[in-house]
Amino acid sequence: MSEQTPSTPPRTAATVSRRRFLQASAAAGGGLLIGVALRGREHVAMAATRAEAGFSPNAFIRIDRAGDVTLIMHKVEMGQGTYTAMPMLIAEELEVDLDKVRLEHAPANDDLYAEPLFGVQETGGSTSVRGNFDLLREAGASARAMLVAAAANGWDVDPTTCHATHGEVVHAASGRRARYGDLVDAAARLPIPDDVVLKQPAQFRLIGTPVARLDGPEKVNGSATFGIDVRPPGLVFAAVCACPVFGGTLGSLDDRRAQAIPGVRQVVRLADAVAVIGEHTWAAQQGLAALDLRWQEGPNARLTTADIFAALTAASTRSGVTARNDGDATGILARSNRKLEAVYEQPFLAHAPMEPVNCTVHVRSDGCDVWVGTQVPTFARTAVANATGLPAERVRIHNHLLGGGFGRRLEIDFIARAAAIAAQVPAPVQVLWSREEDVRQDMYRPAYVDRIAAALDEHDRPAAWSHRIAGSSVVARVGRDLMPKTFKVLRAAGLSGLVSMIRGVDIDAVDGATDLPYDIPNLRVEWVREEPPGIPTAFWRGVGPTRNAFVVESFIDELAAAARQDPVDYRRALLASAPRARAVLDTAARASGWGTPVPRGRGRGVALLRGFGGTHIAQVAEVEVGTDGAVRVQRVVCAVDCGLVINPDLVKAQMEGGIVFGISAVLYGEITLKNGRVEQGNFSDYPILRIDQSPRIEVHLVPSTAPPGGVGEPGTSVIMPAVTNAIFAATGKRIRRLPVKDQLRPV
Amino acid sequence: MITLEINGSAREFAVSPDMPLLWLLRDLARLTGTKFGCGIGLCGACTVHANGEPIRACITPVSAVAGRKLTTIEAVGGTPTGQAVQQAWLELGVVQCGYCQSGQIMSAAALLARNPQPADADIDAAMAGNLCRCGTYDRIRAAIKRAAVRAGSR
Ligand code: FES
Ligand code: FES
Repeated sequence: MSEQTPSTPPRTAATVSRRRFLQASAAAGGGLLIGVALRGREHVAMAATRAEAGFSPNAFIRIDRAGDVTLIMHKVEMGQGTYTAMPMLIAEELEVDLDKVRLEHAPANDDLYAEPLFGVQETGGSTSVRGNFDLLREAGASARAMLVAAAANGWDVDPTTCHATHGEVVHAASGRRARYGDLVDAAARLPIPDDVVLKQPAQFRLIGTPVARLDGPEKVNGSATFGIDVRPPGLVFAAVCACPVFGGTLGSLDDRRAQAIPGVRQVVRLADAVAVIGEHTWAAQQGLAALDLRWQEGPNARLTTADIFAALTAASTRSGVTARNDGDATGILARSNRKLEAVYEQPFLAHAPMEPVNCTVHVRSDGCDVWVGTQVPTFARTAVANATGLPAERVRIHNHLLGGGFGRRLEIDFIARAAAIAAQVPAPVQVLWSREEDVRQDMYRPAYVDRIAAALDEHDRPAAWSHRIAGSSVVARVGRDLMPKTFKVLRAAGLSGLVSMIRGVDIDAVDGATDLPYDIPNLRVEWVREEPPGIPTAFWRGVGPTRNAFVVESFIDELAAAARQDPVDYRRALLASAPRARAVLDTAARASGWGTPVPRGRGRGVALLRGFGGTHIAQVAEVEVGTDGAVRVQRVVCAVDCGLVINPDLVKAQMEGGIVFGISAVLYGEITLKNGRVEQGNFSDYPILRIDQSPRIEVHLVPSTAPPGGVGEPGTSVIMPAVTNAIFAATGKRIRRLPVKDQLRPV
Repeated sequence: MITLEINGSAREFAVSPDMPLLWLLRDLARLTGTKFGCGIGLCGACTVHANGEPIRACITPVSAVAGRKLTTIEAVGGTPTGQAVQQAWLELGVVQCGYCQSGQIMSAAALLARNPQPADADIDAAMAGNLCRCGTYDRIRAAIKRAAVRAGSR
């Protein structure tokens, strides 16, 4: 996909829509250009008061003289279907066929393409559809209204007697028709309508239908270009190795054997890493293997996972910052004689996207080009500017398809390293990490220890609930190292977010713990920050809610078991004030045959979550535990209410994928350290689920007209406790430490 | 100098015989549809066909495939099973990020070429070496069955 920015800035500050900001102008080379100023939902009012201060659109819709529509988009495609869902929103209101809409990557620019929910240009946190649903539809509707007005003017008829369909304006009374392509120049001279009426859901012709992915064809014939596939002229290839101990540096290096290998061009030294440049990747890899390397291992040289968990466990006994405190949970728990307590442990996890991280950079004295698949193009630009000493405006980011993101490509470490290497290489260089490097130099989903307790009332329901979460703050690191400290970012955080930050609560770390769907009158949630020495931590698919769903949904299951009640019935009785949660729970239970007998060695487990901007999801997993303790997930039934659905097939695909991703983690996923080094390195010791281990998955969409919620992550969050609860049902063994691995092996 | 027949045309490369086929394809022949995922035969992202048999290009030295007809994802659509598989993949919306899918399609096409009516266990056995981090397995199973029906009815 090429990238292009509108070459002339929109010239008119046209009439501003009452609810949003749109702007129309002539496109360079002819045609109609609609600029859309994406704003956070919470901040529309604030933005509206600033209307006169100037208008800067941050997404563009261009309709050219051929009638083709281009959406210049600030989102990247990493498998989630954004490149299909976003064009659907525009095509719906613009009344064009979906195959008329093309998509281009936006260049890196926070001012133009900021994600409205975050204030920076990023793709993550399941925000794509959530943040842009109304805006893109309004943009499409406004363009349609202008095209209709242009046609009506030309025919000298009342615009209300015309309608738009399939890229044409039609005047039914006279039978006249005009193609959009022939109307764009006239439309570009018209003011943008002051207000437009959006379709009601009953009128949707595309939204809600399972249209095929627009990125399908290029991904089945090998022509899709991921970051790893770019081949600019003169390209050379780098293999890289960083100090295997976090925080260590390069010691001595003898590269004579490497330099002798045919095809090796150069050896590049960085403070904490070394790279070999070759005519092809094979030469570079051989060269790297031939280096005689010594590292200065630094202060973490003796670090082990056990040390980290000891520190986390100790932290979980300290009182922390209060994230929520309803009623008097502490007092009731202290007085209760019907009390349950548990400690849950979750490991470090690597992202391991199928495309190992890589970045291609060409540094010249006057500027630099960067070819990469990134979720955060503006952070990438800053990182490259810092690494090369070039001004940010001289850094051009060419964004590409992502061979999986899952949070890994929200980070810029690999981009900064590639730029530092490229700064020493007189040619464009592709810096590709080996899989081992990708696993050992990842930024990890942090390990956590959660301490949780509940006091039961006379009906065995939780009268009080206390949950203390101890671990690393990803938010704090991202805030410190990556986020620009601009007003826009602070505004996007929202008032409650800012207050939490000031009080020292990590709003991600407690997400999914503080807003339970269950009626629990006395609820206390505390956060204790405990950073692992040296180990970089990062967001991972499902973020905070994934860790908290495991704890909360396991513990609810423990309460149900203590009460000798059915896990679905027990939850259901606590959902009086959460009808959407109850509906997904009921749907999953019904569809899975909950309550019907299962063969020996099998069990069903359920889990429920409300999160990711209003998505409600329940899953029932059916597992089989072999006599050798091996766990196989046979079947998963997922019921999800994610608000209004743009494309049901994409939602189902996200659920299926999220479930498989979560099963890999719950059964096998674990990064451990010994002597300061990550012990895993490839799919042999960091396994991910294979097709022969993968369950049958059924996804039920619970119809809803609520605003769209996130779909990329909730599938992953809920499957982990659903599986461990199913293991409990099958074996009576409660899994409180992930992964399951060989915990069920008979001793 | 080594001569390889790739997607129907013979090409010469000045490389050492132990160079893995993957890097020749991607870096020298510039056929980037074949992907790198693990480098040690564990993920299947690099699957190509040698005389119709699926092989892992990352662990196959170029010397081992001299004289054999190589087919990559860029040309597999020209074979009947490859075409049927690609079509079924589109109809069932298999791809997500898409990165593993070249390898998945090559393995599936090879399976159908030698076993036109694979049972579930055959599919599991043939596809267990192809990892998908996006978790598209359930659709891969269904798409292989659909492709089998289509290829069979031809
Ligand atoms: S790259 Fe060849 S099997 Fe993974
Ligand atoms: S589609 Fe992303 S790895 Fe398979």
